[in-house]
Amino acid sequence: MGFDIDRLRSRVGRRDPDSGADDVRTDGGTEATTGGSRFARLKHSDLVQSLPFWLPPALLMGLFVYGAIGWNLLISLTDWSGLQQPEYTDLSLEMYTQMPADASFVAAFRNTVVLLVVFTVISLLIGLGLAILIDRNIRFENTFRTIYLLPMALSFVVTAIFWSWMYNPSTGTINVILRGVGLDFLAMNWLGDTRTRLAAIIFALTWQFSGYAMVVYLAGLRAIPDSHYEAAKVDGAGSLRMYWRVIIPQLSAATTSAAVVLMVFALKAFDFIYVMFGDNPGRSADILAVMMFRVAFSRSQWAYGAAVATILFLMALSVVAPYLYMQYKRGDL
Amino acid sequence: MATADESRQTIGDRLADRREQLDLTRVGLYAALITLVGFYLSPLWAGLTTAFKTQAGFVNTTPLEPPTPEWFTIAPWADAFSVMQGGLINSITFVLPATVLSALLGSLAAYGLTKLSWRGQVGVLVLFLAGVFLPYQSVLVPLRQFWSAVDLAGWLAFAPFLANRADLIELTITHTAYGIPICTILFRSYYKAMDDDMIEAAKIDGASAFGIYKRIVFPLSLPMFAVTLIYQFTQVWNDLLFALVLVTSRSNYVVTLSLNELQGAMAQEYNLQMAGAFIAAFPTIIVYVIFGRQFAKGIAGGT
Repeated sequence: MGFDIDRLRSRVGRRDPDSGADDVRTDGGTEATTGGSRFARLKHSDLVQSLPFWLPPALLMGLFVYGAIGWNLLISLTDWSGLQQPEYTDLSLEMYTQMPADASFVAAFRNTVVLLVVFTVISLLIGLGLAILIDRNIRFENTFRTIYLLPMALSFVVTAIFWSWMYNPSTGTINVILRGVGLDFLAMNWLGDTRTRLAAIIFALTWQFSGYAMVVYLAGLRAIPDSHYEAAKVDGAGSLRMYWRVIIPQLSAATTSAAVVLMVFALKAFDFIYVMFGDNPGRSADILAVMMFRVAFSRSQWAYGAAVATILFLMALSVVAPYLYMQYKRGDL
Repeated sequence: MATADESRQTIGDRLADRREQLDLTRVGLYAALITLVGFYLSPLWAGLTTAFKTQAGFVNTTPLEPPTPEWFTIAPWADAFSVMQGGLINSITFVLPATVLSALLGSLAAYGLTKLSWRGQVGVLVLFLAGVFLPYQSVLVPLRQFWSAVDLAGWLAFAPFLANRADLIELTITHTAYGIPICTILFRSYYKAMDDDMIEAAKIDGASAFGIYKRIVFPLSLPMFAVTLIYQFTQVWNDLLFALVLVTSRSNYVVTLSLNELQGAMAQEYNLQMAGAFIAAFPTIIVYVIFGRQFAKGIAGGT
């Protein structure tokens, strides 16, 4: 790319007055002192030049994301319900103070936390296992990877329908297999029984998202230098010990980022449960995302729904904020 | 005796032993991988066999068995397609513009936040980044308020074609807005790694910021557009929540809504449900099979 090196120097010289090389000043350097050029310089500053690119998307996104979060907070402080419009005059925390006494909120909150933790941990473990298997120089690596990740490309609506059929008590695949291997006593009504409902949901969600953890871990494994494997082998570490001592500790960054994303998936698991059970999956499997929708859009208790939504937002924030802060500290942003 | 035998083993024997052991672990490895393939594909397999069976067929056989000629039928596919046809067309109508718009806006924003450096970039970037992790429930009530206050159908009354599809236009704008954060983040990581030499050279030749985007950055980011478009297409096509809240008229039902309704109305007709699920999933499966690599990049870059 042939560009004029003298012109390059002159540009650099003009932007940085300290450099003050005389030969550079000769070409138009005097302009910098006149008043009119301050405006010109502002016009050519990178901030002003960059505005047309990021400001319109930022405004659209800001209105829908941050404007809506603020508006939602405001609605949660009213007592708006039913068909009329909200009144923003008499604000109180009433919607929040009634939560602890609301048994369905407590149940939904508990289930959300259980889903969040159990789903994330199991998905990480399975994802790590898959990544380790795939990373062992296998043939058809792409095919295996593609198959394990396939469920992630499907809609919750589709996977919920598949899994309703899988869990069918009489002819569903799960029970057919259990009976086939002689475990008849385990063949139960997975989605009907309140004791197994949440576990069945978590199992299906793990099926859908463990491939994601695999992709993240695989990238992490591939980033570990070969010399570390070699060093461990020279030390005579067996496969298992090598993974435990050498490989796993180096995957902590991958674990953190995969865990954060999986937790956010879990908070969003609304579509899946809604298709399976409608807006009321019962105490045993209700989560805040479904409860929020039921309270606001089925019962028109808008203010209470907004308050539940705020709690959900704060949960997401408590997961994401430390993660983003950590990334910022490490200089990854 | 055994010890004596062992001590007499040649080096070659021992190597052969090890190779055998190695082969055994390889066999175990592939056995595990293939078992897992069975696990990940079993819901799809069960759905596919069931979709080709008559009612008597899926009641009397297990979902693991393919349909026998006696119980084979394609009627569920035809029925499900006729129910979901409108939803498919509506989904295509709004998903394509929403996908393209959010990718384009994300690319422009990432360019403004990467290739032109100014103080405060990180602050703005964090606002984009946090938007990726937003649980949509926390904006749902205001979203409904906003779109019921904005009388889009009234504004578009001059063009009945658009006015009748106001719900879909609302969905397009909404998905574009919420897609911008992830698209921006995907493009930003790509632009950060992009070589600056060409851009510097163009700057020196007096190219404007937009000229640089159009002639250098945009053409170079086409591979990333593939990643982002595929990711966004899958996300928007698969969404149910926004459609539940924003679509009010039946004629504007999108494919996830049609499928959800099919599932609710035909609770015992599993063959119909499974065929419907495959019809709704078909575009995303095709895109995934062709562009699996880009899809994986998209979801990995989302972190």
